Amino acid sequence: MSTEPLFVAPRARVKVRRSTHSPLFTIIGALVLVCLLTVAPWIVPAQFATTLTNFFILVIMATMWNLLAGYAGMVSIGQQAFVGLGAYATLYLAIKGMNPFVAIPFAALVCAALAVPITYLLFRLRGGYFSIATWVVSDTALLIIGTIAVLGGGTGRTMPGLQNLSPAETAHFSYLATWFVALIVVTGTYVLLRSRTGLVLASIRDNEVAARSAGVNVRAARRSIFVIAAAGCGAAGAVLAISQPFIQPSNEFNLQWAAEMLFVSMIGGLGTIEGPIIGSIIFFVLQQSLQQQGAWYLIIVGALAVAIALWQPRGLWGAFRDRFHTELLPVGHWVEPGESGL
Amino acid sequence: MIWLNIVIQGALVGGFYALFACGLSLMFGVLKVINLAHGDMAVVAGYVAVFLSPRLHIPGLWSFLVVVPIFALLGYVVQRTLIQKSIDRDPFTTLLVTFGLSVVIENLLLEMYSANGQSINIGSLIGESWHPASIIYISYVSLAVLAAAVLVLLALQLFLSKSGIGRLIRAVADDQEAAQLSGANYRHVFGIAAAIAFATVALAGIAYGMMTQFAPTSGGVNLLFAFEVVVIGGIGSLWGTLVGGIALGIAQQFGAHINLSYQILAGNVLFLAVLAVRPQGLFGRRSSLA
Repeated sequence: MSTEPLFVAPRARVKVRRSTHSPLFTIIGALVLVCLLTVAPWIVPAQFATTLTNFFILVIMATMWNLLAGYAGMVSIGQQAFVGLGAYATLYLAIKGMNPFVAIPFAALVCAALAVPITYLLFRLRGGYFSIATWVVSDTALLIIGTIAVLGGGTGRTMPGLQNLSPAETAHFSYLATWFVALIVVTGTYVLLRSRTGLVLASIRDNEVAARSAGVNVRAARRSIFVIAAAGCGAAGAVLAISQPFIQPSNEFNLQWAAEMLFVSMIGGLGTIEGPIIGSIIFFVLQQSLQQQGAWYLIIVGALAVAIALWQPRGLWGAFRDRFHTELLPVGHWVEPGESGL
Repeated sequence: MIWLNIVIQGALVGGFYALFACGLSLMFGVLKVINLAHGDMAVVAGYVAVFLSPRLHIPGLWSFLVVVPIFALLGYVVQRTLIQKSIDRDPFTTLLVTFGLSVVIENLLLEMYSANGQSINIGSLIGESWHPASIIYISYVSLAVLAAAVLVLLALQLFLSKSGIGRLIRAVADDQEAAQLSGANYRHVFGIAAAIAFATVALAGIAYGMMTQFAPTSGGVNLLFAFEVVVIGGIGSLWGTLVGGIALGIAQQFGAHINLSYQILAGNVLFLAVLAVRPQGLFGRRSSLA
């Protein structure tokens, strides 16, 4: 009996790396940034802290949308459903006497729990029909919430439990809450994408049929991502409801949230961790500099997103990364020939 | 009698929904594109009609004679440029691009015309109705819109089954590559299909402007209704669109009868129920779902 192996692996020495540079730089940079952003409200003017709060709310939403669309291929235009449900879950818990800040993780859990049955309906549709169905779900949630008198009905009501805080304190604490939620969401997404789940998602994105035949349970993977994104958007809604404590359905369930998530992810770069953050920065710079001109910032951002989808589908960060071969938060692997290959 | 009225009013509104939805259905059936800017296109048609009819001295009622050809041309051009370019990338991109367009159009209209409602002036006709029984009033405008919806669906059906171009459209819809191998220029065929879809959406937008007031944000709600109609009726079935429209209209009237704030909710619930029980829609085949 021959003992010769059937396949002889080429004796190439390859190096497999995650980072394009020493990870030490990323870790140190991240730590410095985390410290700076944590002490920010003590340093910067209060007005700027409010802007930063809104910025991080958008970062949370965009990161979740990017996870849905950029990694799991689900274009949802109904994520405002979970923003709204998160806000209203917080409101409900606050009415029942819970501290609104304590209610944030519970609001996220409520959204995750509601997302599970919703996926069983939505996953019957695919592509564009899935997209509009998410919007129908959001519209339905808005209409149902609008009929509940305790939650303020269609006209809205103020978040209880914040009255003993001064406006400055509210701004300060809601910034910290938002920043910590954003930190958890971005770090959690990063860890998730580096794990086995990230590999599964990448395989679905690149070739769904091949992934399925290799034993990947595509539906279950999509379902868990949808639930995670619902929880993240719910947390965003919770901090939104604390930082802008007058809660009304038309604001919390606003389609504009979906538009903003989509635009900043597109502009920054779908399928990268950095993309939504960079997109959010661009969005905020435009919004702040054009705030005298009404809705023009949204028109410009929308047109920019369309142009990028058509001509630079990997987004600004994707283009930058392709050109300079650098990554700040790598989730994949780089394979390079070693010094003494073959 | 109340119930009869609910059914009649629902069917009248349903005619409008069907007219609105058939462009969406056609775009999906042939191009496999969900145009998320569909509703906003209709609103744009309404604004164009309001803008043009006093300047060209045509009465609002007949403004569609001008606007519909303009939109057919626009449909062809938009398809051959923006939409074709995104189809060439992937279906994912068409969603992002049409959603982006939808938000851009809505906010441009908001900047140009403010959020105030507009309507197409059709004189005293708006208030006139046929009054066959004690509480039943059938508005002539709604009746005309229902008739227009039936006519458009009938014309589309005949066009797709009898004419040469119609057969070409169906061939491309069935198997793009085979049609291309037989010498069909699928991009041109896509353009024609988009032109027809845009023409129907212009008609729907004008009908909407005659029946009620519209604002820059009206597009989104109507896209939702059109989409619900397509799913309820069955994806890819033209007559399903009419039945779906009428079913949605009746559900909404029924909801409004219970409580005025339940009008849209009842439609959404019908949609979700159909999705749960019969996802292929009332007239759809299961295979068309994927």
